[in-house]
Amino acid sequence: MCLFQCMMNYFPEEVLDHVFDFLSSHRDRNAVSLVCKSWYSVERFSREKVFIGNCYAVNPERVLARFPRIRSLTLKGKPHFADFNLVPHDWGGHVYPWIEAMAKNGINLEELRLKRMVVSDESLELLAKSFPNFKSLVLVSCEGFTTDGLAAIASNCRYLRELDLQENDVDDRKGQWLSCFPESCTSLVSLNFACLKGEVNMAALERLVARCRNLRSLRLNHAVPLDSLQKILVQAPQLTDLGTGSYVHEPDSETYIKLKNAIQKCTSIRSLSGFLDVHVQCLPAIYPICTNLTSLNLSYAPGIYSNELMKLISHCMKIERLWILDTIGDTGLGVVASTCKELQELRVFPSDLYGVGNAAVTEEGLVAISAGCPKLNSILYFCQQMTNAALITVAKNCPNFIRFRLCTLNPTIPDAVTNLPLDEGFGAIVKSCKGLKRLSVSGLLTDQVFLYIGMYAEHLEMLSIAFAGDSDKGMLYVLNGCKKLKKLEIRDSPFGNVALLADIGKYETMRSLWMSSCEVTYGACKSLAEKMPRLNVEIINEGDQIEASPDARQRVEKMYLYRTLVGPRRDAPDYVWTL
Amino acid sequence: MAHENELNFKATELRLGLPGTEISAAKNNNKRASPEENGSKCVISSVKSSTENETAPEPKAQIVGWPPVRSYRKNNIIQTKKTENETGIYVKVSMDGAPYLRKIDLKVYNGYQELLKALETMFKFTIGEYSEREGYKGSEYAPAYEDKDGDLMLVGDVPWNMFMSSCKRLRIMKGSEARGLGCGV
Repeated sequence: MCLFQCMMNYFPEEVLDHVFDFLSSHRDRNAVSLVCKSWYSVERFSREKVFIGNCYAVNPERVLARFPRIRSLTLKGKPHFADFNLVPHDWGGHVYPWIEAMAKNGINLEELRLKRMVVSDESLELLAKSFPNFKSLVLVSCEGFTTDGLAAIASNCRYLRELDLQENDVDDRKGQWLSCFPESCTSLVSLNFACLKGEVNMAALERLVARCRNLRSLRLNHAVPLDSLQKILVQAPQLTDLGTGSYVHEPDSETYIKLKNAIQKCTSIRSLSGFLDVHVQCLPAIYPICTNLTSLNLSYAPGIYSNELMKLISHCMKIERLWILDTIGDTGLGVVASTCKELQELRVFPSDLYGVGNAAVTEEGLVAISAGCPKLNSILYFCQQMTNAALITVAKNCPNFIRFRLCTLNPTIPDAVTNLPLDEGFGAIVKSCKGLKRLSVSGLLTDQVFLYIGMYAEHLEMLSIAFAGDSDKGMLYVLNGCKKLKKLEIRDSPFGNVALLADIGKYETMRSLWMSSCEVTYGACKSLAEKMPRLNVEIINEGDQIEASPDARQRVEKMYLYRTLVGPRRDAPDYVWTL
Repeated sequence: MAHENELNFKATELRLGLPGTEISAAKNNNKRASPEENGSKCVISSVKSSTENETAPEPKAQIVGWPPVRSYRKNNIIQTKKTENETGIYVKVSMDGAPYLRKIDLKVYNGYQELLKALETMFKFTIGEYSEREGYKGSEYAPAYEDKDGDLMLVGDVPWNMFMSSCKRLRIMKGSEARGLGCGV
């Protein structure tokens, strides 16, 4: 036993506890808890923030038993492909049992962060009434609640600091939820209701902002007009993060001039988003704050066309995170490349979702960015076309990618110049980017690309595959090679039973595997489920595709498997079978 | 030849896609082509230029979940697309002495220089040098426009964006009338 180990064993638990306080990352804490029984014990009593990547991997009772001092819970529900309509709405991911269990156990919950979960008004009401110190609610891509639930939160959470609603599907009951914040509420630091569709009481909003002197982050929805924005900014020049609502007004008006003056005083704004509706003539008002911006999200502003976009971006020299639409064009990306030397994360979203034929970006834009932005480490790029040569150049220019997601609008398009598959291009990316953790591939791809991924992507944790590969070999290369793989999601690819069953132990080292429109059969899934009791193998069987006692050779349309400590879930709808 | 008299079923067949294109065979049988949940149509519009070369992607029927964009984003981009003026800002252009008028889309141009060059080409004339003091010197033409209030204004005085939103029609004036307008008093 080494000296260090001996010394640590002699430290009283209070000291260990104090040392563990410095560990904030759940991965570090997980590692520490595996060292020995004593460390496990100290760690579990000291952990306040718990992260659960798959809400069905465990249940509330077990979590609370292990971490009785929990104050912050993060939960993720539906599989990622649910974002793209591949998972039926009532598949699951309900938060209510978690809130109920915590309420029953007298947990002092302060923070709840949910992603892709179903949140009912009932849950929000229970949440609001059960935890007197509740401070922070963050909901991302959730559904199932209405503004009535938000009213309950506003009314009851006396010390609420953060209400952050990102891209949720909320039923707007037009019931004045925002007016439910009592006059005594002055604790808000962050308020984001950009995804709500209905109106809020402007006077109530302005008063709320005026009395919350610690407000740092405010993201408004479409219904908040520019003149209200102006009044709000006058009250809150200390903001660091602003999401405008509707940005439409006569540029010659007094309101606009007042807005210009108000914005100029907001010298702390580092993050800007919104412009859901925009008059480009009003954009110059924000130029003064552009020079300080580190984060800019214009991906919901198709009203800002290419020239205006370029003008705006030419002011943003310190940008580190940029989300835009492909209306920016390759030329616009050239402007980004020459201006934004601090750029770390870029997302280029498609503006044309129905194939109308608007101009998009191509490999040229991507190459320009890679050449101009040395700090780039994360990219999501929807493009019209791509070439191997471009990807090889990008790989050479940017070896630091952590996340690389490329999405060709035509999912099986070959190299635009050579007509070959894009295997070599992606191969270059995985070979060069030794720290790559997340990868999405698209375009014409054979098994070869997966050979490269298995060979080189040593740190890869998440891989998304669509319309790619030729045979089981492709999937096998990945499963055998990527030792750190946590999430694998595959659609419309010819991978079947041989690949699925080759290394069933692997799935216990992963969070989940999704396969839809592939070649796996019912029999293979059943066999896998039988051999691996600590996996839930779910078949999503919409539209009576499989009869009551299906043939083993029948192809399964959608399979989702995940490791779990608690067996099959009891809240699955009829059409989800856990084998 | 007998086959020429046959009914051309292929030509009259109802299917998805542009006329003259074939839907490419699915890469494998698994590819689904069902319409999206939010009721979008399967047909790709005819805006796609017919000059696209052979290697360009063929218009496909909509694939569920492709491109992989969150439904929230999809629904909200549609909303704002409605309010965005996708259609151009078309204004009539008249030239003194010309037999008929033309129409141009102001959105196509990045600024006055491009606009004036386009007008010069369209009507085959030259516009002089612009100066704030003296208007357009060096030719007998002056570009003017009618603004929201119905006044006849000289092109070039206000910022481009303001011009775009206030210009109702363009008029290329000629001769002494033009000189009168262009003269900065």
